[in-house]
Amino acid sequence: MKILVPIKRVPDPATTIRVLADGSGIATDNVKWVINPFDEIAVEEALRVKEKQPASEVVVVAVGEPAWQEQLRTALAMGADRAVLVRISPPVDTGAVARILARVAADEKPDLIILGKQAIDDDSNQIGQMLAELLGWPQATFASKVELADGRCTVVREVDGGLETLSFPLPGVITTDLRLNEPRYASLPGIMKARKKELKEIPVETLGLNLAPLLKVRRLASPSKRQAGRKVASAAELVSLLHSEAKVL
Amino acid sequence: MGDVLVFAEHRAGSFARTTLVAVNAGLELARKRAGRCLVVAAGENAGQAAKELARYGVAQVVVLEHPALARYLADAYAQALAALARRLGVEFVLATATAVGKDLMPRLAARLQAAMASEVVAILDDGAFVRPMYAGNVLATVEMTSPLKVLTVRATAFDPAQPSGEPAPIERRDAEIAPDALKMQFVAFAETKSDRPQLTEARIVVSGGRGLKSGENFKTVLEPLADELGAALGASRAAVDAGFVPNDLQVGQTGKVVAPELYIAVGISGAIQHLAGMKDSKVIVAVNKDEEAPIFSVADYAMVADLFKAVPELTEQVRKLKHG
Ligand SMILES: Cc1cc2nc3c(=O)[nH]c(=O)nc-3n(C[C@H](O)[C@H](O)[C@H](O)COP(=O)(O)OP(=O)(O)OC[C@H]3O[C@@H](n4cnc5c(N)ncnc54)[C@H](O)[C@@H]3O)c2cc1C
Ligand SMILES: Nc1ncnc2c1ncn2[C@@H]1O[C@H](COP(=O)(O)O)[C@@H](O)[C@H]1O
Repeated sequence: MKILVPIKRVPDPATTIRVLADGSGIATDNVKWVINPFDEIAVEEALRVKEKQPASEVVVVAVGEPAWQEQLRTALAMGADRAVLVRISPPVDTGAVARILARVAADEKPDLIILGKQAIDDDSNQIGQMLAELLGWPQATFASKVELADGRCTVVREVDGGLETLSFPLPGVITTDLRLNEPRYASLPGIMKARKKELKEIPVETLGLNLAPLLKVRRLASPSKRQAGRKVASAAELVSLLHSEAKVL
Repeated sequence: MGDVLVFAEHRAGSFARTTLVAVNAGLELARKRAGRCLVVAAGENAGQAAKELARYGVAQVVVLEHPALARYLADAYAQALAALARRLGVEFVLATATAVGKDLMPRLAARLQAAMASEVVAILDDGAFVRPMYAGNVLATVEMTSPLKVLTVRATAFDPAQPSGEPAPIERRDAEIAPDALKMQFVAFAETKSDRPQLTEARIVVSGGRGLKSGENFKTVLEPLADELGAALGASRAAVDAGFVPNDLQVGQTGKVVAPELYIAVGISGAIQHLAGMKDSKVIVAVNKDEEAPIFSVADYAMVADLFKAVPELTEQVRKLKHG
């Protein structure tokens, strides 16, 4: 079983994000960069498959700048076998990343691709679904449980109002939700081993794709801040204010 | 002329407020692009949904028919909708960012070689859109340059459509689907049973966090308050991860986005990822024993107290108010 896991470099979720005064981007000084949390879950899920089926190979791939090597190395240290960095210079939109990943998938021929459901920087929640369509593969988004047997994949999905179970023949695309697993930390021996693992770089120009963005960001702004309100001393006071002042009860 | 095709989500013919939000956003977009707003419904009892939706001021409702569409599956729906969007020559395809909308629309966008904007919160006059990023810390103004454009709208950012004018004509069409390309198979749906209002529909939401300490306490401490208020129940990620309540109650950046008239956060610290899902609520109440908790920075009414004492008192006070 060969599993491809696309990962993105994003600001640590605990970072306070500030928009630059000219609206051209966010301030990146003092930002700690990490693997997108959903993608860590994707790496973990792939590693668990490999533990059950030791002949498996887990390949992590990122579409980004040279600095993204850091996150690929972290994934290798967690236990992934190989890494691919497709080097681009921004801006690219989600569609372009999906087209690049589809090309990588065509070369690598994985049985399964596991992505995060959403990158916590752009909050798009698009690329897994786009990739599935470009490849003509089935998709199971927002996975909270994955089972592989007899060339089929059965996925429990977090949807509105409950849990849905889908099944499809491999190859296919899965996107992870938070409850799928608890990602491991890279161990020290893992980190040592990762240094010797292959990290292949592909300049995007060599893929000959049209990557002109169809979605352009004109500017960024900060949303208006909500004001902190008042303290209430008792339940009686609160209910009375909600009734007579806020008029919501 | 920019026509808009709205995907109308429904379950066996009945639909939620979120579907009317998509219709209203579609009407607004059509008005701004000097086009018409068309609606499409498919699946079991789609005719019933179509009949209802025809009353909301739209130009036309299309019912797509095909055995493969009986139940929602992304591959079949993306095929059928893409073919319809091309036939109708629309400029936009739009849905609400529900679990189905999020699953379907990017796949459709890829099929149509269209740009896609997720969770749009505002439609500008010049055809640009505003959407949140970074857990709502950033609002981006985006432009789409492809001939066809796909978007999901955030349910809290638009009002639901209101009935208006004569009912629109309803047209039945056979969906264009290549069945050989369909590989996804529905196995089961385990519904979270609840007598409470839906989280995304409710006028009042009572949410609990890790401070509740157990699922049992959710039942005995928080639910009586929700019941007394006729409120929906919500939760922080920490409460969901700990198994106190089902997954689909998670409010936040990566859960549900809500904006009720009243949001009561109990034992929730107010991490940025949680605020992303509730900070547009009209009135926010927070109950937390930690005076420094970030939730208080967005709360209109702050109650610094032990929830195990404060919440039963609140329930009692609400009861008194209601029943004199
Ligand atoms: C990728 C990613 C996505 C995420 N998505 C979401 C999301 O969608 N939604 C979400 O909510 N979170 C999300 N989170 C998690 C988020 O960062 C926080 O960890 C989470 O919201 C914390 O939940 P909490 O406030 O219940 O718990 P805590 O932060 O532990 O807070 C518990 C609070 O309860 C108070 N408390 C304890 N006991 C009492 C008592 N007896 N009386 C009164 N108060 C008491 C404490 O003072 C504290 O403030 C996400 C995180 C990541 C990394
Ligand atoms: N630049 C990228 N390189 C590799 N994978 C990516 C990249 N951007 C997004 N992804 C993957 O696509 C998922 C969804 O991202 P998005 O659609 O942008 O929210 C992420 O969780 C990653 O798994």
